Amino acid sequence: MDPDSELLLRLRSGDERAFVSLVERYHEPMLRLAASFVPSAVAEEVVQDTWLAALRGMESFEGRSSLKTWLFRILVNRARSTGSKEQRSVPVADPEPAVDPTRFGGDGGWADPPEHWIEAAESRMEAGKLADRIRAWLGELPARQREVVLLRDVEGMSSEEVCAVLALTEGNQRVLLHRGRSRLRQLFEDEFREVQ
Amino acid sequence: MRLLHRLRNPGLVCQQAVELVTGYLEGSLSGRERRRFEAHLVGCPHCTEYLAQMRETIRLTGRLEPEDLTPQMREEFTDLYRRWRSEQQ
Repeated sequence: MDPDSELLLRLRSGDERAFVSLVERYHEPMLRLAASFVPSAVAEEVVQDTWLAALRGMESFEGRSSLKTWLFRILVNRARSTGSKEQRSVPVADPEPAVDPTRFGGDGGWADPPEHWIEAAESRMEAGKLADRIRAWLGELPARQREVVLLRDVEGMSSEEVCAVLALTEGNQRVLLHRGRSRLRQLFEDEFREVQ
Repeated sequence: MRLLHRLRNPGLVCQQAVELVTGYLEGSLSGRERRRFEAHLVGCPHCTEYLAQMRETIRLTGRLEPEDLTPQMREEFTDLYRRWRSEQQ
């Protein structure tokens, strides 16, 4: 039996520890995602509503998507209907280069090449502090990029699942992922490059 | 011959290559795009470094763990579940 079906069975049969462990696993990721749709004061409420809706919908959940995709879809629908905190119609087609164009010369080659930082991230910063820093950086991403990066890279969802949760086309999902990851890479470089 | 080859198969410049990284990692480039990208990497240590940094960015971001629930929240959710169960019966 796959983990989702097993968990569902336990939830339906009254195992409250199964529910608490589900909340434990998804509450914070859902809060973080909700906060990109609504003000953070409201995000908590949206997530609580989502848990209620999930409990009420548990019996009718048919397992056509994973439990996780199903939960995040409920969340996104609730957050969207609660109201957006910002203009969300920013077209994906707006150009946003992965790297600051001034770092390239006239021939399109690197003039100011990427500074090496890969080992420095983990050797110069303690794991907990690094995690806090990455959380803060995620918070700085534009909302739509943040949503995609959270679901793809933090939650480990497939691109198909993310498209279903956020109602995005495959192409737009990829553009947002590209921009979000590119910004994060730049933030790592700014923080950890050897030459400051 | 060399010129003809370049005309048929123009190389990427770095500024173009960095825009293909996500498509490359997602496996969504066409065969031709992928070959051009890989051919560029062979001759470009900076873009090779850039690709490695993007992979590292993804790896480090993927290590974030949800923070623990506070005991109070754990209690609240246990109550929520019990209420739901009692509604069911």
